[in-house]
Amino acid sequence: MDHFARLGLPVALELEPAVLDKTYFALQRQWHPDRFVAKPAEERARASIEAAALNDAYRTLKDPLARAFYLAGLRGVDLPGDGKTIDDPELLMEAMEAREELHEASTIEAVNGLAAKARSDMQEALAELANLFLRDDKPALRKALLRLRYLDKFAEEARARRANLERLKA
Amino acid sequence: MSLLEIHEPGETPLPHAGEGTLAVGIDLGTTNSVVAIAREGKPMALHAAGGKALVPSVVAYPSAGGVLVGDEARLSMVEEPRNAVASIKRLMGRGAADLHTVAGVLPYEIEPGTGETDMVKLRIGGKARSPVEISAEILKALRARAEVALEKPVERAVITVPAYFDDAARTATRDAARVAGLEVLRLVNEPTAAALAYGLDKGSEGLYAVYDLGGGTFDFSLLRLEKGVFQVLATGGDTALGGDDFDRAIAEGLFAERKRDGLTDRVDESGVKAALALARQMKEQLSDREQTSGRLELFGKPSFHTLTRTAFDAMISDYAQRTIAIARQVLADAGMTPQEVHGVVLVGGSTRVPLVRLAVEQMIGKPPLTDIDPDEVVALGAALQAEALTGGSDTLLLDVTPLSLGLETMGGLVEKIVPRNTPIPAQLAQEFTTYQEGQDAMAIHIVQGEREMVDDCRSLARFELSGIPPMTAGAARIRITFAVDADGLLTVSAEERTTGIAQRIEVKPSYGLSHDDMADMLYDSLDNAEADMTRRLLAEARVEAQRNLLALEAALDKDGGLLSSEERAALDAARARVEAAIAGEERDEINAAAEALEALSKPFAERRMDRGIREALSGLSMTDLQERVGE
Repeated sequence: MDHFARLGLPVALELEPAVLDKTYFALQRQWHPDRFVAKPAEERARASIEAAALNDAYRTLKDPLARAFYLAGLRGVDLPGDGKTIDDPELLMEAMEAREELHEASTIEAVNGLAAKARSDMQEALAELANLFLRDDKPALRKALLRLRYLDKFAEEARARRANLERLKA
Repeated sequence: MSLLEIHEPGETPLPHAGEGTLAVGIDLGTTNSVVAIAREGKPMALHAAGGKALVPSVVAYPSAGGVLVGDEARLSMVEEPRNAVASIKRLMGRGAADLHTVAGVLPYEIEPGTGETDMVKLRIGGKARSPVEISAEILKALRARAEVALEKPVERAVITVPAYFDDAARTATRDAARVAGLEVLRLVNEPTAAALAYGLDKGSEGLYAVYDLGGGTFDFSLLRLEKGVFQVLATGGDTALGGDDFDRAIAEGLFAERKRDGLTDRVDESGVKAALALARQMKEQLSDREQTSGRLELFGKPSFHTLTRTAFDAMISDYAQRTIAIARQVLADAGMTPQEVHGVVLVGGSTRVPLVRLAVEQMIGKPPLTDIDPDEVVALGAALQAEALTGGSDTLLLDVTPLSLGLETMGGLVEKIVPRNTPIPAQLAQEFTTYQEGQDAMAIHIVQGEREMVDDCRSLARFELSGIPPMTAGAARIRITFAVDADGLLTVSAEERTTGIAQRIEVKPSYGLSHDDMADMLYDSLDNAEADMTRRLLAEARVEAQRNLLALEAALDKDGGLLSSEERAALDAARARVEAAIAGEERDEINAAAEALEALSKPFAERRMDRGIREALSGLSMTDLQERVGE
């Protein structure tokens, strides 16, 4: 059963967070191990597995980027695992330049500016994804998703850099 | 006991087992513990008769024998400091390297040879004792308090643990409950329990933070409260940061002042305990005073000390800042800003420290919520959850893993399988492969922590997957599954997918208790129970045999003439055997001797009865007889 089916949701990139929460809570009310404390061992084991699967589905679908990756996987897009080196020369160049800028940014404002740009790039790329899914353009999807993963990592690095600068300031 | 929990059918409690007994909530704290019960959604802490709810988490083994817990144990610390131990929670699932010294001295005596690769043990009252059995004494005392207050047996409990407790410490807590004869319905994270008590009480909704600074642990959790759902979004903390550190900072100051004033700087375990006790008192007084003073006497040399709030704040400022840094990280993990937090609930006695309150208020930008007693709120939440688990409820607690769980891969790197803040229960798997030609085994090293290198994480367990069919390097597909249950405990299994060789291996965790230790402890308590039973049965047998002997003697005095001299001799021999048996310790021998005597004295008893009847009847008319019968 795929994550969408498990939560009784249509297979789609767009997902209303409130709807996801509502169905997830309702299903957890049914399957959470706390409801099975006095039940026989087999029932408890089953509930634990169901609840774990629900959590996995929820966690994946809750995050827009993880959801896009998961959906692409369902559509048969061939994606390298997390942490693999970037094999797209264009993206490699973008990543190297951005890292250098971040490394050289010595003020909180400068880091904030870079993080804001990464965020807006991400929003743009996420919006574009819907079209690519619609066209079922697998090579373009792969390229866009890998760029999104990189942008997400960059935003995380920018946050860490900012935290460091704030510590130094304080 | 192992952290890699495998549920075997025989080990799980029967459905409806223990129904009719009550389930309580227990906050097993570093400094104080509390037991509470909830009825129809109303929790209350259980007090000692006419006393308070807090039980100091102090255990003493007096030289006179027995075990003391709580206030009595704390009092006995003055007389026999080496026979008492406080703050044992800090040692749950810990090794010797995790301990903190004061003036270079530990407030504990470590059992030599422990704590290097296993859980540290203490030497108290001349005996090695593990943190698990010491904690079990506190749990036993809480259980007894609950049974007295509720006038019913208590066999089940929800026990709270710091959210940031790792697997070894959680397992140790559950083992302590087992030793105390309690079935753990659920281990609930302390901040989550506090939110439960707070949220249910106030009917709050929205994003809430729980700032929990206890005696030895710090937790910060971010929860979403919505129509009976308590969803933990992120949690973080430090299991070695709390009010004890404040005490230690003050105590270090006291020793420094003594040294400055030319008093001996000799320090021993008892001196450290005395200084810590004074430090705690001074700290508590500074919660509502600007200045305090105290007297410390060591080796007959008294010293007088004053401490201002300002000086104290300076001592603990780094600790307070550390908690704020952790809180900020938790907010970042959840993608939230402090402004989005509706309210922050303060939990734990150390949140009474003014500097701590101020730091929290400055971070969140709102005065913290302190409506519920910060010492009791966790136990109240645990009691609510205990009622929910046994009686059913509409509330739903959705908690997360506090620390990432992963495996060692090539070059000492960590591959994270379950990232921190993953909702539990969780079951996540990843595939690995062999890296050598014909490799038939794979060493699996499980770690917990956020760092990239294995050496910086906590090692949880190691096991080996063997019997992999020889294949070319990279051909085998080994699927390793991490399952974290609702108590936050981990099970790891491995499977070779091309052949389906599956292994679910139980592994001894580093810093955990070994199976032997746990078995010893359980057998100890079982042995004791058995010894108690044996003693009681022996006493009963003696009393019974003695009673029969006395009755026989009385009969012989009266009717001894009914016996021939041979008969009398045989009976006397049998009586002597019973007397000897009573003096001995063998219940079986007492019973056997008593039976032999009874068999031998049977003809005598019959003759006495015949004679009794004849005497009764002699000289009576038929009418008299009828009247007698009619009486």
